Amino acid sequence: NGSVFYPKRDDFEDILEERRNSSDLRYALRCYIPVLYKELTPCKASELKSMVLQSDQLRYVINQVCKETGMAADEVQAEAAAILEEMAHRLQLSTIRFFAFTLSKVFKTLFRSICVNEEGIQRLQQAIHEHPVVLLPSHRSYMDFLLMSYILYTYDLALPVIAAGMDFMAMKFVGEMLRMSGAFFIRRSFGGDKLYWAVFSEYVKTMLKNGFAPVEFFLEGTRSRTCKSLTPKLGLLNIVMDPFLKGEVFDVSLVPVSISYERILEEALYARELLGVPKPKESTSGLFKARKVLSEDYGSIHVYFGQPVSVRSLAQNRVDRCQFNLIPRHIPRKPGEDIHSFVNDSAYRLVRAQEENMVLKPWVLLASLLLQNHHQMQVAEQKQEMALDELTEQAVWLRDLSRQYGAFLHWPGTVQAQSSFKTLLKINHGEPCSTVTPEEELLNQAVIILSCASYRNQALHIFLRPALLASAIHTASSSNKQEVYNSFSFLRNMFSNEFILCPGATVQDFEEACYLLVKTGALQINQQEFVVTERGHRTLGFLTRMLDPFLQGYQVVCRFLCEDATEGLTEKQFVPAVRKFIIRHILTGFCRLRYTEVLSSDLQKNSLAALLRLGAVQKLKGYVGVCHPCTSVCFDWLRQKQAS
Amino acid sequence: CGRQPGSIVGVHVHCYPNLCPYLFFFHRQEIMKWNGWGYSDSRFFFNKKGQAEFTGRRYRLSGLIIPGLKDWFESTFGASLQHKTPATVSPILNSSAVQPPTLNEAFVEELKSTGIPLSHDAEDRVFRAHGHCLHEIFALREGKFGRVPDMVVWPNCHNDVVKIVELACKHNVCLIPYGGGTSVSSALECPPEETRSIVSLDTSQMNRILWIDEKNLTAHVEAGIVGQDLERLLNESGYCTGHEPDSMEFSSLGGWVATRASGMKKNVYGNIEDLVVHVKMVTPQGVIEKSCQGPRMSTGPDVHHFIMGSEGTLGVVTEVTMKIRPMPEYQKYGSVVFPNFEQGVACLREVARQRCAPASIRLMDNEQFKFGHALKPQVSSIFTSFLDGLKKFYITKFKGFDPNRLCVATLLFEGDREKVLQHEKQVYDIAAKFGGLAAGEDNGQRGYMLTFVIAYLRDLGMDYYVIGESFETSVPWDRVLDICRNVKARIIRECKDKGVQFSPLSTCRVTQTYDAGACVYFYFAFNYRGLSDPVHVYEQVEHAAREEILANGGSLSHHHGVGKLRKEWMRDTISKVGMGMLKSVKDYVDPNNIFGNRNLL
Repeated sequence: NGSVFYPKRDDFEDILEERRNSSDLRYALRCYIPVLYKELTPCKASELKSMVLQSDQLRYVINQVCKETGMAADEVQAEAAAILEEMAHRLQLSTIRFFAFTLSKVFKTLFRSICVNEEGIQRLQQAIHEHPVVLLPSHRSYMDFLLMSYILYTYDLALPVIAAGMDFMAMKFVGEMLRMSGAFFIRRSFGGDKLYWAVFSEYVKTMLKNGFAPVEFFLEGTRSRTCKSLTPKLGLLNIVMDPFLKGEVFDVSLVPVSISYERILEEALYARELLGVPKPKESTSGLFKARKVLSEDYGSIHVYFGQPVSVRSLAQNRVDRCQFNLIPRHIPRKPGEDIHSFVNDSAYRLVRAQEENMVLKPWVLLASLLLQNHHQMQVAEQKQEMALDELTEQAVWLRDLSRQYGAFLHWPGTVQAQSSFKTLLKINHGEPCSTVTPEEELLNQAVIILSCASYRNQALHIFLRPALLASAIHTASSSNKQEVYNSFSFLRNMFSNEFILCPGATVQDFEEACYLLVKTGALQINQQEFVVTERGHRTLGFLTRMLDPFLQGYQVVCRFLCEDATEGLTEKQFVPAVRKFIIRHILTGFCRLRYTEVLSSDLQKNSLAALLRLGAVQKLKGYVGVCHPCTSVCFDWLRQKQAS
Repeated sequence: CGRQPGSIVGVHVHCYPNLCPYLFFFHRQEIMKWNGWGYSDSRFFFNKKGQAEFTGRRYRLSGLIIPGLKDWFESTFGASLQHKTPATVSPILNSSAVQPPTLNEAFVEELKSTGIPLSHDAEDRVFRAHGHCLHEIFALREGKFGRVPDMVVWPNCHNDVVKIVELACKHNVCLIPYGGGTSVSSALECPPEETRSIVSLDTSQMNRILWIDEKNLTAHVEAGIVGQDLERLLNESGYCTGHEPDSMEFSSLGGWVATRASGMKKNVYGNIEDLVVHVKMVTPQGVIEKSCQGPRMSTGPDVHHFIMGSEGTLGVVTEVTMKIRPMPEYQKYGSVVFPNFEQGVACLREVARQRCAPASIRLMDNEQFKFGHALKPQVSSIFTSFLDGLKKFYITKFKGFDPNRLCVATLLFEGDREKVLQHEKQVYDIAAKFGGLAAGEDNGQRGYMLTFVIAYLRDLGMDYYVIGESFETSVPWDRVLDICRNVKARIIRECKDKGVQFSPLSTCRVTQTYDAGACVYFYFAFNYRGLSDPVHVYEQVEHAAREEILANGGSLSHHHGVGKLRKEWMRDTISKVGMGMLKSVKDYVDPNNIFGNRNLL
């Protein structure tokens, strides 16, 4: 069975292999001559700072701040210099060499292999030479940016400067090390601070425009705790597109990079965090405590450098660049509606490009199957077991299905498969449970389930559109195409904070889903009527079950808001309150809450965001209030769908 | 040092003084090419040794061998002297290929009775059916003629024009005014959809200076006079206009007014709108002119501005009163080498800021510097070549300029000797602040010569699969560098995307400075071997380049005008209301679209 959407993808090469066979020291000290941007005028990091401080943009804002606050110009100037000082990187090769050496050691202990697509590297090299480059890796682990710099060093590519959160800087020694390896630090929030924004955006633009180094940042803004791609943040993307839109550079290349971990270092931490155990503050001592991870096996990493995306071609026929003709370009302006939607669409496209090139390991599919099995057994109150043969059969079925949907699978030979499965099972049951209270038992179980879900989530983007269609068919009042579409559209809209669904692409997504299901023989469309085929039931069943936990999550949040939310519920209180509500319900067995997954704070926050967006809930001065009629409608709808 | 005041750069004024004091007879094709640029006797060719030569006796370069051109030509375009594409038709026009004229008999009869000369000879008509856009010349070389005028008339004076326009209105005939024929905006192309008889109104016989007023320093001139004649005749009385557009050998006063022309020395003399004191134009509604010659008036919107830039859509400019100046006592060329284009632009900006621009200041980019270099004629003495070598050594080795990045500004100073020398020092001092080195008069003069011969070079290129064109824009200072970089890069990318097999020549220069911005000129040419429809590819690339210009804050045109080539962008350029204003003027002045060249709107 040939695949339907099977984009051609490059081959991988393991960069650790050479590390295992030759001296790390020599590698760290070797001659490093990267290809640079063709129009680069070389400048030192210190020159860069004075360029930023003397830029028209910054001078304008400093002036503005002076007028507004009545402060003296040199005072504000000094403040700007201080901000820049706090922010700026101090990239130096010696630090990179130090990391090249130590990371070689660490990586060899932790990972079996680090696989990189060499063709992507070549494309990147070309892109760096031609235009200013922005690297956009997916973000699943703290490891990501060290890994990126490590790979670029390995391939003699220009080392990037990386936008990092301020929290890193708090780690005394490490913060400085990261700074010297190219990280620059931005405060997590600086909403109204004009001066901060001006320094920051000018700093990034100056580096980009001059081709000083590729600029690297994470579109998702933060590490995804669920292994699901996060809704992209637009701030930095806006900044890096600006020089093109204003004609200051001919083009900018955006390079999506997909980093797929077989097992994420922070795996267990994430699950706890989602369940309300607070994230440990980044500290150096914490890092050393974390060194016990060195004794574990984290499998392999696949890093795929995607096709560079030209901002110029993205903007072609989309953005009227003449709009910048009438106001001096250094005067900051809020981007117009058209620019905003352009940047937003581009951001989604790029995140989808990351998703598409994520390598899926067998565990991912097995986790999907096991989770579904787990829930079915739970409902049937059966013992939660599954024969290995049965699992293997289902896995092979799912493998073929996902291939047809265009998944980028890394599937070892069949002989290994069974042993791999065993490894997975070991992981699943590896957690010792010393139960004390029912609540703790529940949370312990939830840790396992959420860890497992983080594997399943990696495959979500493959099945998402067909799954939305399957659920829509399942819940629509008839099998009429229009009815199903309406249902699809509702679900898609509902979940657009949960999954990466490009805004305004409902029709395309619907058609893509139809195409896939029809093409794989799961569905027939006879004169505007959907008919599920004999063999299609298995597929559609699988797909519907994939979305079920999410549906139930949204339902329970609605229920909470309708039944339990007191007036004056703040956003901060929301998650603990809803968690308490859920735990109570699960433990009392009330309202058929099947999925422990709904305890995930990520799911809860997303559903609140969706309800806010849909106008079912309102935020008043920081309080979350419920527009009752509306919420009830949503809630009713969801309950009804759930029941059917 | 210094050149003979008043003579046109590098041009020896043509050699028929005994026959006629003016450039054009009725049949200008007798001295000019009908399917290429300029004089028939002047052209580039590669001799048997493969060296480039320029024929004729009219220009400084005439009769000289240019040894560097072949190498530059071959390496820049990947062209080869083996691959020739001569014009497919003979130098003599085949009149049987031209459509027979559609004549409005009643009009012709009445016109004949006025005694105004007219012709429907195929050669006369074809000659006036085009300007000098690439697609126009390319088609002529292939012997392809589209819609051409059905008749040519040669009014001799203002009153003749009044009669012609009256008759045209009476018989509903389409009139297209024709001056020097140097348009590069498709302005002279006959609209193919025009069903009426099209009459080309050739103003060349209205070429007299009617009077000179030395008290007010003005001259009243018939609008058909071409630039070189005007300048020469005024020089005889010790005056000049100082208006020297690059096309001044052939372009006419009326054409300058109708397109809002700009001259090289506008820093001293001003552009056409600064030079014009009074204009007379014949329209279908009658003659428009002001009642006095006051130097400035506050009488509502200046009606001259309906005339200037009207591109032949409202009427025929017949007489113009223009400012004149005493001829400058002294002229001096100069040049400055900068380490890179950025520094050069920064220097020009500073010169503009201090408002001390010489009569002309132009900055060529690196590619154009090399181009200019390739046009150096063979040097006669060993001493000169030794000096050249020394200069090159000094700049590249001693001063560390990268020969692939450096660029040159050419300068022309004018005035009394002492002031010129003072001015020169001021400009060179500013240049020095931007790393500029004075590079001699010779380089400067050659830079300006390039302007006059470039159009001849295009004809040479077209003999060897190379087509090209220039286009211009004006842009605020802060965007000059960005627009230059982006437009050049866009041209290169578009060529690649459109399947051009060889990398194109994509180069620019800053040719005028203003208080608030500059005029930028782009040259673009490529080798079209392997392309089935090179002109179409060319047009697509030029279109993209114009879009890029507009997206980078450049104007639709600084001085070439809109014609039909750039009409599509007019609405975005002047807004819907602006279009409405222009349209309503057209509707009032020419309700029956007698002046039906369909330019501009």
